[in-house]
Amino acid sequence: MSTLIAVLFDGFSYGMLLFLLSVGLSVTLGLMNFTNLAHGAFAMLGGYVTYALVESAGWPFLATLPLAFLATALIAAVFEAVLFRRIYKSGELNQVLLTIGVVFASYAVAAFFFGTVHHSVDLPDYLKGFVEIGDLKLPAYRIFLVIVALAVTAGLILFLEFTRFGAMVRAAVDNDKVAGGLGLNINAIFALTFALGSGLAGLGGALAIDILFIDPNFGFHILVPVLIVVSIGGLGSIWGSFLAAAALGIFDVAGKFLFPDFGPFLIYLFMVVILFFRPNGFFARR
Amino acid sequence: MDPKSWIRAKARISPYEAIFWIAAAVIPFVFFENYLSLAASVAVTALFCISLDMILGYAGIISLGHAAFFGIGAYTAGILSARGWGEPISGLLLAAAVTAAVGYIVSFMIVRVQHLALLMITLGLSFLLAELAISFDQFTGGSDGLQGIDTWKLLGIWKFSLWGHTAYAYALATLFVLFLLARRIVHSPFGLTLEAIRENPVRTTALGAPNHAHLRKIFTIAAAFAGVAGALLAQISETVSPEALGFQRSAEIAVMLILGGTGRLYGAILGAIIFMIARDQISGFYLQYWYFWIGLILILVVLFLPRGILGGLERLARLGRRA
Amino acid sequence: MKKTVTALLTAAATLLCGAAFAQETVKIGVINAYSGQFADPGAQLDAGITLYMQQHGDTVAGKKIEIIRKDVGGIAPDVAKRLAEELIVRDKVDILAGALLTPNALAMGDVSAEAEKFMVVMNATTPVIITKSPYMIRTSATASQINGNFGTWIANQGVKQVYTMVTDYGPGIGSGTAFEEAFKAAGGEIVGQDRTPVVNPDFSPFVQRVAEADPEALYVWVPGGTQPPALAKALAERGITSENTKIYGQGELTDDAALEALGETALGIITAYHYNVHRDDAMNDEFVEAYRAANNGRDPDIYSIGAYDGMAAIYKALEATGGDASGEALINAAKGMTWDSPRGPIGIDAETGDVVQTIWIREVQMVDGKPANVIIDQVENAK
Repeated sequence: MSTLIAVLFDGFSYGMLLFLLSVGLSVTLGLMNFTNLAHGAFAMLGGYVTYALVESAGWPFLATLPLAFLATALIAAVFEAVLFRRIYKSGELNQVLLTIGVVFASYAVAAFFFGTVHHSVDLPDYLKGFVEIGDLKLPAYRIFLVIVALAVTAGLILFLEFTRFGAMVRAAVDNDKVAGGLGLNINAIFALTFALGSGLAGLGGALAIDILFIDPNFGFHILVPVLIVVSIGGLGSIWGSFLAAAALGIFDVAGKFLFPDFGPFLIYLFMVVILFFRPNGFFARR
Repeated sequence: MDPKSWIRAKARISPYEAIFWIAAAVIPFVFFENYLSLAASVAVTALFCISLDMILGYAGIISLGHAAFFGIGAYTAGILSARGWGEPISGLLLAAAVTAAVGYIVSFMIVRVQHLALLMITLGLSFLLAELAISFDQFTGGSDGLQGIDTWKLLGIWKFSLWGHTAYAYALATLFVLFLLARRIVHSPFGLTLEAIRENPVRTTALGAPNHAHLRKIFTIAAAFAGVAGALLAQISETVSPEALGFQRSAEIAVMLILGGTGRLYGAILGAIIFMIARDQISGFYLQYWYFWIGLILILVVLFLPRGILGGLERLARLGRRA
Repeated sequence: MKKTVTALLTAAATLLCGAAFAQETVKIGVINAYSGQFADPGAQLDAGITLYMQQHGDTVAGKKIEIIRKDVGGIAPDVAKRLAEELIVRDKVDILAGALLTPNALAMGDVSAEAEKFMVVMNATTPVIITKSPYMIRTSATASQINGNFGTWIANQGVKQVYTMVTDYGPGIGSGTAFEEAFKAAGGEIVGQDRTPVVNPDFSPFVQRVAEADPEALYVWVPGGTQPPALAKALAERGITSENTKIYGQGELTDDAALEALGETALGIITAYHYNVHRDDAMNDEFVEAYRAANNGRDPDIYSIGAYDGMAAIYKALEATGGDASGEALINAAKGMTWDSPRGPIGIDAETGDVVQTIWIREVQMVDGKPANVIIDQVENAK
């Protein structure tokens, strides 16, 4: 029994990591209909910011997290203004190709500055090892992950439901033409939301280092699970991303525990089936 | 001009085309004899690219998993050969048949979804197939790839040697035959309807066109073309591995197609030629930087040359004509 | 007909132009991964080649050695085959080398056999590779060499039951099978067998299964790179240490990154490997120092030593043949060669062309306050 709980917790914590990495993409896709495959590259950026600060500048791990968020958000905002804004109306294929181009280039840049070897960061002692709760041995870092993810979720919900800007974002997601007609500055909303979403990806990337390690391929590797979460959860929905990420994490881990011979096969099969019956995901706003 | 003669005018063979194919048949043998394996590889990729152009360029179906069909064709021909029947042309035919069948079944799903869901389903299917290829290693050789492929002499006469003469002739001939077929398909009322569906599916339905049926048809045909390309590669290189089904391959042909220009068939061929030769030449030490350049080129092409190189050339020609 | 004419003309031209000019250089075509997922081991392999040439010069038996590098980008046997063909046809290389990954090595082997060129496998460890060409030697290791001998050794230590966990692809399955067969042949029992996916970010469910089974001993095989520290962490997080379960693995399991991730929980893990950075040996110390100096302080690893010894094999074979770089001459010279390498004594099997060497058994112990792999035993002349 305790094994089962441990497995479920592992899956849930992995799902929480995926949530952090995916929620930004879900919101921007729902908001702008902009297929941004460069999202993975932004996550990688956040990861490298943390790595560079911890390894070269000796910062403590926790202190680097807000900076990973901010730096990624800023750089994403620049990309949005200079590059992505031009292709909002260019059709899906062009968006996919341009953003894949960004991922390709990011691979080369990361390899140039950090080399091709994968890196890890030294965690503070209280995040290493495990915590004993009764019969269970739960890894400390994963507990930390879950706490951070839940805090971010709460923050996002509060932000969207209880602030003016949040209301503007919700309006723009529901119907950007009408919202614009009512006087909202859609461009500014897009830009800020994009920055926010990408910043969260950067934070996710920084947090992922301990579990997934950081290397130039990260931008590519993380795309697939993130896209699965976003497409199943539904575009523009935070709850959708949360549930889809949690489900994906749990299914993935539990699946490997119960049926180790089947590997990722099941995940892809489920995704294809689910998308066929619910092409917009479960909680789509758009 | 009535519709039929308009189509016929579009379909007329221009002298440039004839020059291109004659050059393709002659130049590599005469001037680039050491590059024939590369040339064969380019021909195979060009065929694969054409198959993607048919669904993406002409019909507007955005698929990131087209390599699945390439891989199925490759494994079909490979397994056939590894089990003892290495005759090349029958291998191609079998690969085409199998891929067409799978394509037909999948097409029912494909035509019912769009946008992100379509992207993810095509991606998911190709990952699924890659996993299957790795799991059923008794048939496929698993991640190490299929061993024991031995391609027999072409038409009983020409042996596939490491020099690549037979390989290139074979690949080019197959490409040419299938190209003619593709050309026939796109320069026909059916082809025109596909382009209409791509531009405005609502209007075509209003006009009475059976969208889904048409899309299924072209998807099946494109799958078969991709399967033949895969089979060619398997027979020529005598290797198949799960990478043949992989996302990387799907992404690469999309890049080539965009580079050359969608919806023109020749754009697919041009894109394949430029991409493969450029990569081969830069295939030295610092290939990481290749990714940087490819990324940059992608960005620039999407921003400034959305109709690819051929589109850009056409625009120049039009400007030239106006002046 | 055309080919015959071409061949005759080429032969005539070569003879007439004076063979001497064409044969002043011996060209080695290195097919390796310089980009993509395997870029890092590829870089280590390349560094091994560079270091050997730096130390021993680029002239052997009166011939200049020229290296032509080609990037295969990852697992791509059709590309590897084409690159090998181009190297032979276009660049006129005499020797094929590199072969980081198994599928590529297999494809290269076919070309080596058809073109009758000497080939040195510098890394790929799947046993069947060596059978692909009669002109091939290997200077890395084979999965069965390391794990088969390890299995026998473990059984001889009195261990009765082992739970195995390997990565689900060629090298993993091959290593696992070699281990299991040897262990069972020596009287042991396999109580569980799991396979982990090749691209696996999360080991926790698999480790959980092991925790449930609570076996006497655990044998793992994972490829180098990100997986050893990830697995190591998963084991530590679930409280599986050598205090409650004997843990065995191939050397990658306790590489430097993994040891750092594990810290003290790694103590007691026993691994088998064909190369150790820390060994009480003057030749190795010199090698490691030189390697670090040339590579920004980075330590050499199995990829580096496989390539380093591959170059050594080429140089020694060329000396033995007096500069004759034909496939026939080189393979006959190479088979049966033995020499001392930084890794220990090494040789090329006279029959198969495969590598023969000492497999070192190491245990993680505290050395100067940090966990390190300490050699506790060895298997000599392992095949």
